[in-house]
Formats: sequence, structure tokens, C-alpha cells
Amino acid sequence: MMDDERRHLLQLESNLKKRVLIYKLIRRFFEDRGFLEVETPVRVPVIAPEPYIVPFESDGWFLSTSPELHMKRMLAAGYKKLFQFSRCFRKGEQGRLHNPEFTMLEWYYANAGYLVIIQQIEDLVAYLAGAMEFRRIKHGKLDFDISTPWSRMTVRDAYIKFAGWDPTTKPDPLRFDIDMAGKVIPGLSKDHPTVLLDYPSYAAALARIKPDNPAVAERAEIFFGELELANVYSELVDADVQKKRFVEAIGQIEKEQGKKMQMPDKFIEALPFIPECGGVALGIDRLVMLLCNAASIDEVITFTADNA
Amino acid sequence: MDVADIHKNVKILEDGIPYTVDDLEFTKPGKGRAIYRVKLRNLIDGSITDKTYHSGEKVDEARTTYQQEQYLYKDGDHYIFMNTENYEQIFVTEAQIGDKKNFLKEGTLVDMLMFGERPIDITLPNFIEFKVLESEVAIKAQTISPQLKAATIETGAVIGVPTFINIGDIIKVDTRTGTYVERINKK
Repeated sequence: MMDDERRHLLQLESNLKKRVLIYKLIRRFFEDRGFLEVETPVRVPVIAPEPYIVPFESDGWFLSTSPELHMKRMLAAGYKKLFQFSRCFRKGEQGRLHNPEFTMLEWYYANAGYLVIIQQIEDLVAYLAGAMEFRRIKHGKLDFDISTPWSRMTVRDAYIKFAGWDPTTKPDPLRFDIDMAGKVIPGLSKDHPTVLLDYPSYAAALARIKPDNPAVAERAEIFFGELELANVYSELVDADVQKKRFVEAIGQIEKEQGKKMQMPDKFIEALPFIPECGGVALGIDRLVMLLCNAASIDEVITFTADNA
Repeated sequence: MDVADIHKNVKILEDGIPYTVDDLEFTKPGKGRAIYRVKLRNLIDGSITDKTYHSGEKVDEARTTYQQEQYLYKDGDHYIFMNTENYEQIFVTEAQIGDKKNFLKEGTLVDMLMFGERPIDITLPNFIEFKVLESEVAIKAQTISPQLKAATIETGAVIGVPTFINIGDIIKVDTRTGTYVERINKK
């Protein structure tokens, strides 16, 4: 057994070195742009209620599923540009692209919308690839041309093309999720990153509704083939709307999972003070996978839930 | 059982048929439901089916039990076993035994997986001793690295053994990998 572990850990060495380099470059990228690196708690008393993100409990509190609420409370206090590498924990998420404990790179930018954040992601990936001397990102059998701007496609167009229906005029959250995994994502470009834009309003999560089209939200996801890299919002800063969405989510969680979640009151109280802003959660483990051409998340993490 | 608790090798029931989960792919796009794409192996006929579940769905666990059986002999296409507690005989088809027949010798005690009254699978002991019935005479090795030669054991299976093994030797075999472990003694 020990021999297997030693061999496995030593095989990771070159990816672990690249991982450190990627962290260093990301810190430089954000420092050059005037962002402050912060650390918010990993063990928290309350989390954003989201029906399909299941937390681990920790002595009456939770292990953080996302640093979003605390970072937004800092924005409410007046910070304008924040970034964080944050350990996040989500129960049951395990597979080639998932580990229940993972690292998120999350950043927020006051007075910017989701389109500006998407450009920053393009710039960040181009910066990392440039510093590591690649012009393209090879990942398994796929070979991505990362020259910017990346191709943009609305969620509506993607569903019409790959699944044959328009989820923005026919609200159907269950079919939306099943077709996303089964039809839309498998259809996405294999040689360019894709930015999927404008999710239906019922899949808005913490994004604001598009002012000129209430059927969709200003939310985007970045994909490299089937690998989902980042989730981008123009952040919802309307406390009433946010509270209403949380009440619905809490009700759904209670109905489907029998669990009572609490309203994140301190976050709701801070919301009126948060400026219009954009933000993103980017899976660092997956970014490292792309930049190391690693097929599975266990090639870029020292000990996964399977071998910890 | 909640679909989130499915993992490889779990046995589930679909339309009354027991399946084992051979492979499981977890995908979870964005904030949506988790999607579980599973490869199911029918425990009765061995056929493979793909199925997709999403979070919130429930699946029935196939209730299976193990019982100890002793392999007696082969009769036509059937392998005949005897329950070590009640001495009842049970017939298992050649298809269900599969490759395990290579290491199934008369008298061996096995754990038999049952679905109700129906035998589904057998688990052999990890190590079984076999007599070598036939083996080529080793040609003097030209290198000092360990050399293997083919040997036929009493079940008729052919495995690789070191060159010093002779006909009539008793050897220990790892039934999970089908490989030689050690020589027990000379008879």
C-alpha cells in the first residue's frame, strides 16, 4: 500500500510545481490590477441556501460551500476589488472533475458587470498561458485555441441548437438540468472555449435579472469542452429580490431534503450597501487540470476524498 | 436509497431485476441538479445497460445475501454446489461462473451471492492451492531476470509459473489476479 501511495504522490510532483506557479501568477495578475487578496472563514454559521449544493455540517455550523457571502459583506463595507483562494466543501460531489473539498478562486469587482468579468477571465487565462509558454491549451484529445475573445453563445441559442427547445420561454428547471448535462454541454465546441451567457431567470441563483430582458439573468459559465471552469454574475444587489429567492430556496430544500436552512441575515442586511458589481467563482483545480493537461482532478490534488 | 448514495459495485433493483453498478459518472453543471450516468450490469444475464439519474431520485437497493457453498462437480453446463449448512444442492450455469471456472476445483468453499433463491455470483477464496499437471521443461534461461513458463493446473487452466516448478508440484495461486504466488511443497 505504502508503495502505491509513494508512487502516486511522486507522480504528482510536476503538476504540484505547476500548481504553485499558477497560484503565484494569479496573485501577480490581481495585484497588478489593484485587487486585495482576502481570507474569509471556512467554517461558517450560515450559508447561501442553494437546493443542489449540499453542505457538510460542522458542530452546528457548516463548512463553507463558497466564500461569496463574506466577500460581498466586505464589498458592502467599501472594498472595491477583492480576490480569494478559498477551500470549499460540497457533499457528494465526487468524480473526474469533482472532489468534495476543492479550491475556488473567487473575485469581485465593484462597478463592473458580468461582461467585464468574462474579459478578465479571458485575460487571466491568456496571461497564465503566456507565462507558461503555451499558445493553445491541450487537454486530452482536445486542443483549444485560446485567442480572445472566446466564442459567446446565449443559453437560449445553445438549447435551441443542441436540445431543440427554448428554456427562456418554457420554464422547465428539471428538463433544463437534464438537457444541460446530456445535450448542451456535450455539444459545445471542442476547439474553442465557450462562454454560455444569459441563463433563464429561474436559474439565476445570485445573479441579477437582465434589465432589458426579464426572462434571463446576467449569469455566464465558461466551458472548455465539457469542463466547466467558472460561473460569472452581475451580482444581484436588490435585498428584497435576494431575500425572496432565498425564501423559495429554503422552502424547496425543506420540501425535497427535509432540512431547515437559515436565512443569511447578516448578508441580507449588508446587501443595500453593496455597489453594482460583477463576480466570479472559478474552479482552481480544474484550471490547473487544463494547464497541466491532467485528465482527472486527482492528478492535481495531493490527497482526494478517496485516498485521504 | 437516495441516488446520491449510489457508488460502484452497489446492487440496485430496476423493474424487479437486480443490477450491479459497474461504472458511475458524476456530472453537475453549474448550480443545477447532479446527473449520474451509470453503467448497469444485469446480474441475471450479464447484459449491460446505460441509465441516467438526477439528484433527488430514489432507487431500490437489491437485497442480496451471501451463503457458503462447496463446489462438488460439473454436470453438463451446470456447476453443482452444496450448501454447507443444510446440504441442499444448487445448480449454477457456466455463464454465471464465467472466468472463475479457471480456479474452481472440486471441494472448494465459495461465498455465493444470492438474490432471493437465485444464485448470482460466486467469490472464490483469494488463494487456492493447485497441483501442476503439465508443464514444459524450462530451457536454460539466458538472462538472470525471472522467467515464467506455462503450466497447466488441475482445473485445466494455464498460468505462468517460475521455471523451477515441476509436474506434480503444489502451487499457491492468487485467484483475483490469476497469478502464481509460491510453491507449497513437492509431492
